[in-house]
Amino acid sequence: MTTFYILVGYLALLMGLGLLSNRFFKGTSADFFVVSRSVGSFLLLMSIFGTTMTGFAIVGSTAKSYTDGVGVYGLMASWSGLMHSAVFFAVGIKLWAVGKRYGYMTQCEYFRDRFESDRLGYVLFPILVLLVIPYLLVGVIAAGKFIQPTTAGLFPEAFPMPNLPNGNPHPLNGGIPPAVGGGVICLIVLFYVFFGGLRGAVWANTFQTIVFMGTGVIAFYMISKNLGGLKAASEAVAASDFGAERLGREGMMSKLQFLSYCFVPLSVGMFPHLFQHWLTAKSAKSFKLTVVAFPLFIMIVWVPCVLIGIWAAGYLGPLDPGQSPNSVLGRMVGQLVHSPVLTGLVGAGVLAAIMSSLDSQFMCLGTMFTNDIVMKKYGADRFTDRQKIWIARGFILFVVGATYLLAIALQDSAHVFDLGVWCFSGFAGLFPLVFASVFWKRVTLPGAYACILSTALAWGYLFYHDILAAKPAGVGDEEMLVFGMMPVAIIIAISTVSLVVVSLLTKKPSEAIIRKFFV
Amino acid sequence: MSSKVVVVVFFIFAILHHDVWNWNNRSLWLGFLPAGLAYHVAYSLIAGIFWYLVTRYAWPHATEAWAEKGSGE
Repeated sequence: MTTFYILVGYLALLMGLGLLSNRFFKGTSADFFVVSRSVGSFLLLMSIFGTTMTGFAIVGSTAKSYTDGVGVYGLMASWSGLMHSAVFFAVGIKLWAVGKRYGYMTQCEYFRDRFESDRLGYVLFPILVLLVIPYLLVGVIAAGKFIQPTTAGLFPEAFPMPNLPNGNPHPLNGGIPPAVGGGVICLIVLFYVFFGGLRGAVWANTFQTIVFMGTGVIAFYMISKNLGGLKAASEAVAASDFGAERLGREGMMSKLQFLSYCFVPLSVGMFPHLFQHWLTAKSAKSFKLTVVAFPLFIMIVWVPCVLIGIWAAGYLGPLDPGQSPNSVLGRMVGQLVHSPVLTGLVGAGVLAAIMSSLDSQFMCLGTMFTNDIVMKKYGADRFTDRQKIWIARGFILFVVGATYLLAIALQDSAHVFDLGVWCFSGFAGLFPLVFASVFWKRVTLPGAYACILSTALAWGYLFYHDILAAKPAGVGDEEMLVFGMMPVAIIIAISTVSLVVVSLLTKKPSEAIIRKFFV
Repeated sequence: MSSKVVVVVFFIFAILHHDVWNWNNRSLWLGFLPAGLAYHVAYSLIAGIFWYLVTRYAWPHATEAWAEKGSGE
C-alpha cells in the first residue's frame, strides 16, 4: 500500500496547492485567465515546461528508445530543445508584447485583430478546440491506464479481474480501473483549475515539473546502480543481440525521417494553452530563463529515460507478443529496484507529467469559450468580472465532463494515441500562420484562410490514409512517412506555399494594421 | 549581435543536428554513453549556451519597450 499512499499524498498536495492559489486570487478575470500578467522567470519556465512535457516524456520516451534505439533522443529531444527555444524567442516574446499592449487573453482575439476579421476567430476556434480535445483524451486515458497496473493487487475485492485463460491470475487484478483512475485525475485537475484559475495551473505545473524531473533522475540512479553501474549497464546492451543495434540508428530510422522531425516541435507556436502561458509573463525578460533552460531541461528529463530504454533492450530482450513497450519503465523499476517507495515516486512523476498538460488545456478551453464566443457574441461590457469567471468555470466543468465520458468510450480504441500525434501535426501545420503574422507585413486575410484551409485538407487527407482507411495486407502500424519524411513536413510545406501565394495575389493589409502590430 | 547573425548561426546549428557520421557508430563514450546519444547531449548543452548568448546579445529591446508602452488592462 506504500505506493498507493504516495500517490494519494501527491494528489492531496496538488489539491492543497489549488486552495492556496485561490487565497492569492484577486477576483478579476485578468487574474483568473492570465494571472494579472505577473508571472516571473522561474514560474514561467516551470509552467511552460510542465505544460509542454506530457506523460510521453517519461513513459513514451523510454518505450520509444527501447524499440527504436538512442536515435530517439536526436529525433525528438534535441530537435525540441533547439526549436522550442527558437519559437519562444522569435514568436512567444512578440505575442506576449501584443498581448500586453492590447490586452489579449486568447489566440483568436489576436488573430481577429491582426487580420481585421471577426469571422477568422470563429473559424479558428473550433479548429483549435478540435485539435486540443484528442490531446486531452490521450492524457486522461494514459493516466487511467497507468494507475491500474501501478495499483494492481491492492484492492482485489473492490476491483476483481477474471483469471487468464491459462488459469493464472490476471496481472491487473485488484488495480484501480481506468474509469475510476482517470475520473479521479480529472476531478483533481478540475479542483485546482476551478479554484485557482491559471495561477492554480502555474503553481501546480511548477510543483509537478519538479516532481517528474526529480523522480526520473532518482529512477535512473537506482536502475543503473542495480544493473552494476553505468558502464556495466551499457556494456550489457552492446553484448546482447537485441540491444546492440539500438546503440546506433542504422535500421532503426531513416535519415529523412530524422531530419523532417524538426517540424514537429513547431507545433508549440500554435498551442492555444502555451499562448495563454506566454501572456502570463510579467515582462519580456521573464522569457530569458525559459529560452535558455529549455534544451537543458529536456536533456535532464530525456537522457535518463532514453538510457533506461536501451538498457531495457539489453536486460529484458524482446517483449512477448501482446506486451506493450509502454510497460518497459514500470518493468525495469519493478524488477530491478523492488521498492514500493520508488514505484510510488515514479508513479507520481508520470501523473505529474500528464496532469501538468491537462490543467493548462482545460484552462485554455474555458478562457477561449468565455472570451472568443460568449464575450464576442454578447459584448464584454455585459458581464461583470465575476460572471466571466463563472462562465469559464462552467465551460471547464463541461469540458472535463465531456473529456472524461469520451475517454471512457474510447479507452480501448487502438488509434487514440495516434490521434495525439496527429494533433501535433495539425498545430505545426498552422505554424506558418502565426509566424507570418508576427514577421511578414504582407500577409493577408485570404492568405490566412488559405493557410488554414490547405492545412485542413492536407492534414485530413493524410490522417484519413493513416488512421481511417483500410490498409493493404502486410502493412503494419509503423509510423506513416510521406516520401520518407514525417507527414508534418508535407503539411507545413503546403500551408506555407498557400499562405505566401494567396497573400501576394491579394490586396495588401492596411497601413493602420501594420502600424498597430509592427514595432 | 544582429538578428541576421542569429538566424545564420541558428541554421548552421540546425544543419549540425544531422550527424550522419554517427549513424552506425555504436561505440560508448565515457564507457557508457552511446556515441549518437553523447553527440546530441553535447548538442543540447551547446543549444543552451547558444540561446544564452542570443538572449544576452540579441535581445529584442525595441519589442519590450513597445509592449510596456501599451495600455494592457
